Amino acid sequence: MSQNALDDSRSVEATRKAIPKLIAVWIVTSLIGSLLVWFVLGPHLPPGTMTDQAAGAQFDIRFVSTLVPPVLFFIWIFFGYSLVKWRVKPGEDPLAPAADFRGNSKTQGAWYIITTVLVLFLAAFGTYFLVVPAGAGGGEGPSPIWTPKTKNMLQVQVIAQQWRFTYRWPQFGGMETTSIYLPVNTEIQFNVTSLDVIHDFWAYQLGVKADANPDVNNVAFTKTQQLGRFTVRCDELCGVWHGAMYNYGYVVSQAQFQQWATQMEAQNAAVTKLLPKYATTYTPSYAGNGGGYYPPQDPNANL
Amino acid sequence: MAIDYSKATGTGSSSGAPGGGGGGLLRPSIITGIIGGVIGWLLGHWIGNSFTQGYQQVQGSGSNDIAEFMGYIFMIIGWFAGLGALNYPIQKLFGVEAEAEEPVTEKGWTKYFRYTLDHKTVGVQYLFGMLVYFFTAGLLALAIRTELLSPTYHIWSPDTYIEIVGEHGTMMMMMMTSVVLGPFGNYVVPLMIGSKRVAFPRLEALSFWFTPISYFILLSGLWQGGFQSGWTGYAPLSVQQGVGQDTYILGFGLQGLSMVCASTNIVATIINYRAPGMSWSRLPVMGWSMLSLGFTMILSIPVLIDGLYVLALDRTAQTSLLYSGHGGSSFLWENLFWFFGHPEVYLLAIPGFGLVAEIIPVFARKPIFAYKTSAAGFIGLAILSFFVWQHHLFQSGMNPDMRPLFMLTTELISIPTGFIYLVGMGTLWRARIRLTTPMLFMLGVYFNFLFGGLTGVYVSDVPINVTVHGSFFVMAHFHYTIMGGVIFAFFGAIYYWTPLVTGYQLSEKLGKIHFWTMIIFFNSTFLPLFAVGLLGMPRRVFEYAHRLQFLNQWVSISAYLLGASLLFFAVTFVWQLAVTRKPTVRNPWGSRSLEWYVESYPPPAYNFKRVPVVLSWPYEYGDPNALPVADIVNETKDLDPVGRA
Repeated sequence: MSQNALDDSRSVEATRKAIPKLIAVWIVTSLIGSLLVWFVLGPHLPPGTMTDQAAGAQFDIRFVSTLVPPVLFFIWIFFGYSLVKWRVKPGEDPLAPAADFRGNSKTQGAWYIITTVLVLFLAAFGTYFLVVPAGAGGGEGPSPIWTPKTKNMLQVQVIAQQWRFTYRWPQFGGMETTSIYLPVNTEIQFNVTSLDVIHDFWAYQLGVKADANPDVNNVAFTKTQQLGRFTVRCDELCGVWHGAMYNYGYVVSQAQFQQWATQMEAQNAAVTKLLPKYATTYTPSYAGNGGGYYPPQDPNANL
Repeated sequence: MAIDYSKATGTGSSSGAPGGGGGGLLRPSIITGIIGGVIGWLLGHWIGNSFTQGYQQVQGSGSNDIAEFMGYIFMIIGWFAGLGALNYPIQKLFGVEAEAEEPVTEKGWTKYFRYTLDHKTVGVQYLFGMLVYFFTAGLLALAIRTELLSPTYHIWSPDTYIEIVGEHGTMMMMMMTSVVLGPFGNYVVPLMIGSKRVAFPRLEALSFWFTPISYFILLSGLWQGGFQSGWTGYAPLSVQQGVGQDTYILGFGLQGLSMVCASTNIVATIINYRAPGMSWSRLPVMGWSMLSLGFTMILSIPVLIDGLYVLALDRTAQTSLLYSGHGGSSFLWENLFWFFGHPEVYLLAIPGFGLVAEIIPVFARKPIFAYKTSAAGFIGLAILSFFVWQHHLFQSGMNPDMRPLFMLTTELISIPTGFIYLVGMGTLWRARIRLTTPMLFMLGVYFNFLFGGLTGVYVSDVPINVTVHGSFFVMAHFHYTIMGGVIFAFFGAIYYWTPLVTGYQLSEKLGKIHFWTMIIFFNSTFLPLFAVGLLGMPRRVFEYAHRLQFLNQWVSISAYLLGASLLFFAVTFVWQLAVTRKPTVRNPWGSRSLEWYVESYPPPAYNFKRVPVVLSWPYEYGDPNALPVADIVNETKDLDPVGRA
């Protein structure tokens, strides 16, 4: 190696000296970044704390986000230092050879081990927080394996169809409503199904998301903790009016909920009689042979 | 090694064969292809209508998917017949001594509009073909962003909007699979490995000529009611749709066939056509990436074609394989689609990484760091990509107990991806870095992909996935990996290899303006979309919360500026090739790779006068005493590549 080719800035000694400084800068910036993410950004991260599941998701997003600054700054500092330090200087022969090494077993070995450990840790972290809050609010299909401990759950059936959601309440005479109210401090079981194409029931603030498939009962759990309004949006493309398929729901006190439910039950009594018997899935709403979800005399059939 | 194109004497007759005889408009070209396509469509549509008209299904619905399919299938046959692509196989089938479609030696620009067997011509055809795809789909993206300027005021009707979304997604995903393999895999890899030809020139040419017709078929959906299913085509929505959905099936299916043809050729070429001395341990990393890509495509794309076939049966023969009400299952489509779809998104990343790892050592004047690790990274990505597909279906309601497994496999894929960072960072360590335009684009890939990779962890984590699935967060994530990764690498590669492909040097100044505007506006467009998604905006909607309006407007305006940056590229690129035409010097970047040691730029027919003997590893930038990469280096290094001498 000629002296010209390997000037001082690219020598092993010079770079070895720089490494501790770079690590120090990395540690300081990462620490500041991570603390800011955890303490300043963290409490405001979505989807909020309206339910146990939402709070769990918020914790997970907060935790993973806290791990981001160290990785980001590691790469940025490395690239930044390399580009500034070893960029061709004016007057230098740009085609002259730089250092001649093809690998470094220690660095490579460390890289493999660190990335593997990090990845396995993240997988274990994700699995734990998937199982512990009863499926983390995601749709678990017809036979959920992660369920809440309590058996006293409010059953809410979400029926999606192009392009609206309706809700059936088996514990309130199987009535069907177009609005959704939920009592606070209550474990809720959503049974999500569809009458036509694939939709998705996304109750953003509740931390619940479950695809609505025709002929499938997709179960998701959540436990309400705070009062407030939540948004329900369809989250799988379902045709022309997919973008307009949303409504709002409310988490209210248990007494208010009872009052609302009783009132709705009475109000809907005539319609409830026309509905098919409550089931986990229904025949799709095709008129003609095979019948539909709504019989012809049902006022809902024309909605 | 060259194909013998001389006419054989004796057996059979070659009268009527294209290529040699007849000139003018009737000589097989894109024009006769279009004529053939039109005739085919009319014939097929008539046949389809005539044998289905008695069915109640057709009479009652006012649309006839069978006639639609028949029209397009005959159009495809007519197109290839018109191009002259069928002459050779048919003549061979009948034992007639056939003539090659287009001699590899043909000169002039008209060869680019014909079915030819020269891998370099196909590479250039692909380059411009893919740019047309990219700009069309990019315009559709701007149409989407225009609608999203306001949460409630609408530019497009809801159905037009959703059709635009579907066309944009499908067109981009179709094109991205070929964006590196098509232009650079076909053009450069045979040169890099010291070959005078590719293994299957007809498959290669066929793979290109599938793309114009699939482009046309897909776009033709727009005037037939489009398809509202997006690029994912979830059933039963895609069964419910009108005839526009058939253009999705045929367009995507044809592009699938194209990719299988292209991959078969590149895999066979790399395995069998390496020059003497080009051992596996000397194969350029670009070659490793193309090999991994080719195998991934060959294994995954048949599953897509299978799924599309099932969907086509449901739509035409009235089967109900994807319709749960009658014994089928919508999960069947989701699984078939994503079994292809997830390898697909990695096979977009692999060639981008291949370009990055190939080009960075040239501008670092150092051997590539951890060469074997980079190859292992590509192979690891390729293999793992087959084991992750259900992470698209975490909330779909299928077997919940598989979720931890798919979360694990998805996160494991960070390891081979990390290898690519290790390779890049190790190569830059103590390097002599030249910040040329291609180098800037490659560094841009690292910058952008970091966001794509880190947000991939969010998306793969099931509890977080509950919030981000199907939202703009996911959309921003994959735009960072695909556009921020492979498209940046693609543009870098254009700047890098244009001197070789055309003999003209592109301006560094204009290239840098393009780079800086593109990376700034790219990040300004897609970074806020992570926030938009986390704040609860689903994908593919035309109405959203008022509180998200500012962010959406910011994104839309950035998207226009990003579009302007790309337009700047298009104008300056064409201007420099057509008007200013600054001749290049030999090996302008000082690369050691074999492709730069051809006699002239663009390389002559059959690439090399004789098959080169490879003497050393292409990345010996650090050792001034290393042997040249091949024995031809000393023969060609003083030649003027563009013939000014």
